[in-house]
Amino acid sequence: MTTDTIHDSHGHDHHDHKMTGIKRWLYTTNHKDIGTLYLWFSFIMLLVGGALAMLIRLELFQPGLQFVEPDFFNQLTTVHGLIMVFGAIMPAFTGFANWMIPMMVGAPDMALPRMNNWSFWILPFAFAILLSSFFMESGAPNFGWTFYAPLSTTFSNGSTAFFVFAVHIMGVSSIMGAINVIVTIMNMRAPGMTYMKMPLFVWTFFITAYLLIAVMPVLAGVVTMVLTDTYFGTSFFDAAGGGDPVMFQHIFWFFGHPEVYIMILPAFGIVSTIIPTFARKKLFGYSSMVYATASIAFLSFIVWAHHMFTTGMPLFGELFFMYCTMLIAVPTGVKVFNWVATMWRGAMTFEIPMLFSLAFVILFTIGGFSGLMLALTPVDFQYHDTYFVVAHFHYVLVTGSLFSIYAGAYYWLPKWTGHMYNDKWSKAHFWCSLISVNILFFPMHFLGLAGMPRRIPDYALQFADFNKWVSIGGFAFGLSQLIFLVVVIKCIRGGKKAEANPWEATEGLEWTVASPAPYHTFETPPKID
Amino acid sequence: MTTKEYESYYVPAKSHWPIVGAVALFLIAVGAANYVTDLKNEQSGFGGYILIAGIALVIYMVYGWFSNVITESMAGKYSHQMDTSFRQGMSWFIFSEVMFFAAFFGALFYARMYSVPWLGGDGNNAMTFEVLWPEFTAQWPLIATPDGTTTTAMGWYGLPLINTVLLLTSSVTAHFAHVALEKDNRGQLKFWLGFTILLGLVFLYCQGLEYAHGYAEEMKLYLTSGIYGNTFYLLTGFHGMHVTLGTVMLIVMFIRIMKGHFTPKNHFAFQATSWYWHFVDVVWVILFVFVYII
Repeated sequence: MTTDTIHDSHGHDHHDHKMTGIKRWLYTTNHKDIGTLYLWFSFIMLLVGGALAMLIRLELFQPGLQFVEPDFFNQLTTVHGLIMVFGAIMPAFTGFANWMIPMMVGAPDMALPRMNNWSFWILPFAFAILLSSFFMESGAPNFGWTFYAPLSTTFSNGSTAFFVFAVHIMGVSSIMGAINVIVTIMNMRAPGMTYMKMPLFVWTFFITAYLLIAVMPVLAGVVTMVLTDTYFGTSFFDAAGGGDPVMFQHIFWFFGHPEVYIMILPAFGIVSTIIPTFARKKLFGYSSMVYATASIAFLSFIVWAHHMFTTGMPLFGELFFMYCTMLIAVPTGVKVFNWVATMWRGAMTFEIPMLFSLAFVILFTIGGFSGLMLALTPVDFQYHDTYFVVAHFHYVLVTGSLFSIYAGAYYWLPKWTGHMYNDKWSKAHFWCSLISVNILFFPMHFLGLAGMPRRIPDYALQFADFNKWVSIGGFAFGLSQLIFLVVVIKCIRGGKKAEANPWEATEGLEWTVASPAPYHTFETPPKID
Repeated sequence: MTTKEYESYYVPAKSHWPIVGAVALFLIAVGAANYVTDLKNEQSGFGGYILIAGIALVIYMVYGWFSNVITESMAGKYSHQMDTSFRQGMSWFIFSEVMFFAAFFGALFYARMYSVPWLGGDGNNAMTFEVLWPEFTAQWPLIATPDGTTTTAMGWYGLPLINTVLLLTSSVTAHFAHVALEKDNRGQLKFWLGFTILLGLVFLYCQGLEYAHGYAEEMKLYLTSGIYGNTFYLLTGFHGMHVTLGTVMLIVMFIRIMKGHFTPKNHFAFQATSWYWHFVDVVWVILFVFVYII
């Protein structure tokens, strides 16, 4: 690992107990160390989850069964989803939060530094448990990342308990991380940093943290019910005992829908930080951004059953969830409008963070529009469980969340490492990713509209050509991410020295400290006017 | 907070407790998963031992971690801001606990309002009823499940009512203890806190008795007795686990008070324990209404 990432450049080292070697990372209480750990962990998980995705695409390269058994294919889709959601996207954002929030609000560290370290170190163990199930006799979980009952109860394989307890401790980690963020933001802001002066990334993660503490316990509840149904003879999700398998979906999606926003709100924050810098204008409509984020968070609690239109809900339910879902387009539209208005007549330059942000705005909007299509109850009967859904959520999660993570990583890499990233390699990363990701996901829309079901290892012959292109896009996109690894390693090891404020950003306390950021920042709070 | 004079915020230099805690949770997860898997397959294995090792390690971690915190606090390293961090952290933790119970209450309400009536043909489910279980009667408490498991409902009078009185009283006595602490009346503090612990222990005993009645031959109310037994045991069970934890926390507070810890101004741990105790009390009241009475 990168023990020498952060060089101490400040003079006073009276309580700078930075250790060397592995102990530094195991025992650390420093928000920057923990942020670095989160970011590396999430990148490793991205590569693992990506490898599983490439196996999926390998099988789907041609119709027929070539490489894997159907049951193993189910394990691949399940673990791919779980790893990307809980192992890649969420920890990456938490890594940003750890690194940036204390610096952005002018705090010396996170509010509860030891608990912060605990939150991180639970994760590698949780994913070790999850991944170890691949090597068990029964194989890994095979019921989809949404683990619908009765697939996860009556018909599940022998490793379900490992899945359940892995999710439990991931939840413990998320809840503690979220509490830490909330307390840091509420209690540790520098004097003068009022709520409406906070950078938008801080705001979006603040709201995300509330979503986390509200819904991760519900996830814990529902996996507990899956556990008791599977192992202790309860019948929450079994009609023979008075329960209902559809009840599983209600409870799961009460967690699952806010979870979707947990993975996108921080992305909004990152993009809202980067676009003003490279458009050289103030963010258009700061307060409307804050209110839009809060509105999206609120609405996320009353739209969950739009994942369940085909379960035979009462008509009133179908209509209620359809209209509420469409309502989300309003605050989201406000955001997209504000980003465009920020760029309007700005003196724009196109550094890598800006390129990723622009790609985010356009491609995320495509994902948003296909979401609107899915929100329409009558047409959802056609799209449900097809590749159209897969295309939709990969546009919002890959070209949305993941691209914003890259944008943020390039934006703050100079602050983290003290070096500018290599321009040539990072441009290659951007353009390869942008082109391949669209080859990968865009044809999926048409496959879905034509009726290709998701999570099935084989397909009808007429889908063969499109699937070939999707797979080629998939391999290209997967391999392109290795370029990013090269960029980061090169950046850590050297490169052009970064100034304190390499982007000439006008906002953000993080740019007032040296690059790389000193091990301890803002031990006395900065002045805010 | 924004205008007051700045006090430095204590950031501990390093700690090995978090990684011990992470290993402990790992052992608990692996142990529990192995244990329940073996239980289902009717095998014996090491799961139980790993689980116990994990729990022991958690207790060791909590003890060591909190000892550090207490030492630091008594050494005067903590500022008011730090105290606020702890308080806010505890409040949001309790909020997350509320959401955990909400999931199980949600299951209870869904079963009562939708799944059981629908199985009885309610709404547009006439054919569900005719085709699946035409003999089924939709009722609550569900004492006869569609597949024919029968059981008996737990009444609200008797033990549950006694338990309600016990917990409500204990919430009041916990408050008296807090008031006594703020008035620096250590004698009263010890009395009321001790009394609260006693009420908690009696509650747990009564809860155990109630479970024994449920599992007795006359009632046949088992965890596996359909959705009524499921929601009954999981809601009261998780509540009981929280009361157990709360009682342990109260006992630790008692020991610390005997050692002379806490001042009228500085007693976050006591405050947090008291919040937690009020929280389990409120959950019980909701539980008493919706699980037992209605």
